[in-house]
Amino acid sequence: MRKQIAWGAAFAATAALVAGCSSGDAEPAETSAGPDAAESEAPAIDGTGAELVIWTDAEREEALATAAEQFEADTGATVTLVQKNFEDLRNDFIAQVPTGEGPDITVGAHDWLGALVTAGVVDTVDIGDKAAEFQQVALDAMTYDGQLYGLPYSTEAIALIQNADLVGDTAPTTWDELIEMSNEAGFEDRPFILFTNGTAGDGYSAYPLQTSFGAPVFVQDESGSYTTEVGMGGEAGEAFAQFLYDNGSAGTGVFSDTIDYDTSNQLFASGESPFILQGPWMPFFDEGDMNLVVSPMVSAGGETAAPFVGVQGFYLSAQSENALLANEFLTNYMATEDAQRTLYEADPRLPALSALAEEVSADPITAGFVESASAGVPMPSIPEMGNVWELWNAAEIQIITGADPVSTWNDMVAELEASIG
Amino acid sequence: MTVETGAPRQEPDLRESHARGWRGVGWGFVAKLLMMALVNALGLSIIFAALNVEAWGILAASTTLLIAADVIYFMKRTLPLKYIFPGLVFLLVFQVFVLGYTGYVAFTNYGTGHAGSMQQAVDAALIQDEQRVEGSPTYPLAVVDNGDEIGFAINADGEVSVGTETQPLEPVGGAVVDDAGTPVEVEGWEIVPRSALFTDQDLQNQVVALRVPVSDDAESGSIRTRDGSSGAIYSSSLDWDPDARTLTDSETGTVYEATDTGNFVAADGSSLPAGWVVTVGFDNFVDAVTDTNLSGPLAKVTVWTFAFAILTVLTSFGLGLLFAIIYNDPRIRARRTLRTLFILPYAFPAFMSALLWRGMFNREFGIINDWFFFGMDINWLGDPLLAKVVILWVNLWLSYPYWFLVCTGALQALPGDITEAARIDGAGRWRQFRSITLPLLMVSTAPLAIASFAFNFNNFTIIYMLTEGGPPFPGTSGLGSSDILISAIYSISGVDGGVANYGLASALSIVVFIVVGVISAIAFRQTRKLEEIQ
Repeated sequence: MRKQIAWGAAFAATAALVAGCSSGDAEPAETSAGPDAAESEAPAIDGTGAELVIWTDAEREEALATAAEQFEADTGATVTLVQKNFEDLRNDFIAQVPTGEGPDITVGAHDWLGALVTAGVVDTVDIGDKAAEFQQVALDAMTYDGQLYGLPYSTEAIALIQNADLVGDTAPTTWDELIEMSNEAGFEDRPFILFTNGTAGDGYSAYPLQTSFGAPVFVQDESGSYTTEVGMGGEAGEAFAQFLYDNGSAGTGVFSDTIDYDTSNQLFASGESPFILQGPWMPFFDEGDMNLVVSPMVSAGGETAAPFVGVQGFYLSAQSENALLANEFLTNYMATEDAQRTLYEADPRLPALSALAEEVSADPITAGFVESASAGVPMPSIPEMGNVWELWNAAEIQIITGADPVSTWNDMVAELEASIG
Repeated sequence: MTVETGAPRQEPDLRESHARGWRGVGWGFVAKLLMMALVNALGLSIIFAALNVEAWGILAASTTLLIAADVIYFMKRTLPLKYIFPGLVFLLVFQVFVLGYTGYVAFTNYGTGHAGSMQQAVDAALIQDEQRVEGSPTYPLAVVDNGDEIGFAINADGEVSVGTETQPLEPVGGAVVDDAGTPVEVEGWEIVPRSALFTDQDLQNQVVALRVPVSDDAESGSIRTRDGSSGAIYSSSLDWDPDARTLTDSETGTVYEATDTGNFVAADGSSLPAGWVVTVGFDNFVDAVTDTNLSGPLAKVTVWTFAFAILTVLTSFGLGLLFAIIYNDPRIRARRTLRTLFILPYAFPAFMSALLWRGMFNREFGIINDWFFFGMDINWLGDPLLAKVVILWVNLWLSYPYWFLVCTGALQALPGDITEAARIDGAGRWRQFRSITLPLLMVSTAPLAIASFAFNFNNFTIIYMLTEGGPPFPGTSGLGSSDILISAIYSISGVDGGVANYGLASALSIVVFIVVGVISAIAFRQTRKLEEIQ
C-alpha cells in the first residue's frame, strides 16, 4: 500500500515536471489584465504580450506592485517584479545586464551610479518638464557628468535627534550649546552619540561636523557635480582633525570607537544619552513612546553642517529590449505624484518630489529630516569615492583614539590623492 | 529437494540485476523506470529552459548528460558506470565547472569598469555622450511607416513634419492631429499604433535606435523618442568607427582608441568611463605580488593565514586531547553529563558565537574588560596583535569540543592490553602517553587535523563576524591585520560594495586552492607513515 502511494506521488511529480516544461516560460508573477481593462483617459495602448522585468527589494515591492497593477490595467503589458536583497541589486545588475539576463528597470541607490556608468549598464533618463517637480538635491544625486541616469523617488539624510524628556524640546544651534545642554542635564559621560560603526569608523555620520569646518571630501564644480579634487586637505581639514582629537579619548571623550549601530540604538532608547546624530531608520522611532525632536545638525566649525544625502530611485538598463515600455512606465507612471505617494505609504522615506515632501512635513519628525536633507549634499557617486572610505574612516578612528591629529589627517589626504592619481 | 537441483534454474537470476529483467512482479524495473522518468523530466525541463534563454553551453551540456544517463541506465554493458555516473555528474557540475570558470575569470580584468563586451562599452559611450539639446521642447510624436522604412512625425507648434533616418524633417500639409497634439493622419504615411511598438520587440528597438535629423546640418541635432509618443532634439558628438576601433569626438577632435586593456583611451591619456572584459594573461597573478599597494598587505595576510590555521589546529587539538584524557578516567563521576556539556560550544552556530564574543570583547561595554581585567581599557578588537589573539581564542573555544569528541572516541578504541604491557615493562605515565597513546591516536586523528587545517585556512565566518578583518592596514589596500586570504579575497572582489576586481579575486582563489591542495596532499602522504605503526 505504502509503495503504491509512493509511486503515485512519483507519477504525479513526473507529470507535473513534464507539464512544467511543455508550457515553456515559467508562469509570470503578475498575471496580465485583459485589454478590456484599458479604459482610462490615457491613449488606449494594447501592450498585451510585452513584459517588463523590474528588480526591487522587499520594502518597495508592495508599492511597486500597486503602480504596476495600474500600468498593467492601462496597457495590458505584464510587469514582473523580482525581489532581491537591496545589497545584492547593485552587483547583480552590473553582472547580469551585460549577459542579457538583467531586468529592464531596477531600484537602486544614487551612490552606485559611478559603478553603473563605468560598467556601461545604465541608460540615461529624460523626464522632461517633470524635472522641475523634483527636489534639486535628488536630481543632482542622480546626475553624472551632466546626464540624468535615474528617476529619483526618495532622499535620506541623518539629522540631530534629541530626547526632549531629558533636555527639553528646544533644539541647540551650536556645538557648544549642544554639549552644554547635555552637561546641564547630567550627561557629562555621554553627552552625544556619534561614530556608531565601532572600530571600522564612521566618516558618514561625522560628515556634517566635517563640512561645518569647510572640508568636503571632494570639491564640487559650479554645476554641483563632484570633481576628483580632494577637498579635505589644508587648514579646514586640519581644524576638523583637531576638533576630533579634542573630543576624542585624549580630550573630552565625547567620541569613541566602541559604539556600533545596535549599541547606539540601545543607548539612546534607554535614555543613556540625550543626543544622537542618526537617520529615520532607527528602530526607536517605531516604538513611538519617546518624546523626540529632530532638527538639522549643529555646526561646530562655523559653516553649515551638511550631511550626506542618499537618494534612491529607479535605473533603466542600457540593454533593455523594452526601452519604450520601460520609459513609459518610469516617466508616465512612476514619476507621478500618486505613484510616489504610494511608494511613500508603503515605505516611508523622505519623498524626492517637492510637493509630496511638503505634504509629509506636516509630521514634525519628518519635517526635521526633510530640513536636514535640504541642507545636505549628495553623497559622491564617482568611483573615486570607493578609495575614500577605508582611508578616511581609519584616520578618524586613529585620531579619536589619540593619534596626532594634524599629521594623521594630512597623511590620509596625501595617500588618498596618490591613490586617485 | 537437494541443492543441486535448484542451482541451475537460479543461475540467470544471479547474473541479471533486478532492475533489468521483467520476470514476475519486477518491482525493481518499475522503480528504475519511474526514477528515470523523473530524471528525464528534470533534464528536459533544464534543456527547454536553456533553449528559452538561448544558453547554448548549458543546453549542450545538459543534453549530453541526459542522453548519457539514459544510455547508461538502459544498457546492459554499462554496469560499472551505473554506480559512477551520479558522482561524476556532481563532480562535473559542482567542481570542474566552478573551478574552470574561476580559472577563466582569473585571466580576465572582469570587475568595476570592465563588465561587458566591447560593443556594450561602445553602446554605453554613445548613450552617455548623447544629450538633449538645451532648450529643446518636447514634441508630440508618432512613429510612421511608408512600407519601406519607418520615420517620425512630430508636431511642432501645430506644424507636422515627417522625417526618416536619411531624410531630415520636412513639413507636410494636411496632417491631422488629436487633442494631445499627436499626429494621427499623415499623407503618404501609415501611423504605427503604439501598441505595435510595445508588442513587437524588433520594431521597438528600431524606434529606440532611430534618429531623425532636424535639418541637413548635422550640428543641429536629431529627433529621438524614448517612449514612442514624444520626441526631443538630441545631439551626440561621438562617432564609432568599427573598422578602426575608435570613437571620435567630433567637437573636440579627440580620438579614443580601443586598447588591449579594455578601455577607450585618447592620446592625452584620458579615457572613457566604460571599458570591457579582456583576457589579461597572468597580469592578475603578477599584480598580487608586484602592486606596491597590495603586495605588502597580501604578504602579511598570507603569513597570518598560515599562522591562524596552524595555531588553531594545534591549540584546539591540544586542549581537546587534554580534556579527553582527563575525562576518560573512570574515576571521574558523571562523565557522561560533563562530556555532553563540553560539546555545547560546538553545538551553537559559529557565527552566533562569534557575534556574541565580539560584543563581549567590546572595549567599553564588553564584559571581558569589565569582569576579568578590572575595567581596564584594553582595545581587543582595535589592536593588530590583540585582534589576532581574540580570533585564536574564540576559534579555540569554538573548535576544541570537536577534538574532545574525536579524541574521546579514539581513546576508547585504543586496545587496553598495549598500555598494560607498557606499564608492566615499567613505563611511566608520560612515557606511555608519548610512545603509545599519542602515536596510535595520531593514526586516526591526523587526517582529521589536515581537514581541519584546510577548513580553517578558509574559515571566513569567524573573521568576518568577529573583526571584519580589522583593524585596517594603513593604505588603500582595503585589507586589515586580521584578514585571512579568503576574507581578503572577499574584500578585493568588491562584493561588499567597494571597487570590484573579480579577476584578481579569482586569481587569488586559484592560489588558495593550489596551496590548500598541495599542503593537504603532502600531509596525507605523511600520515600514511603513521599507519605503519599499526
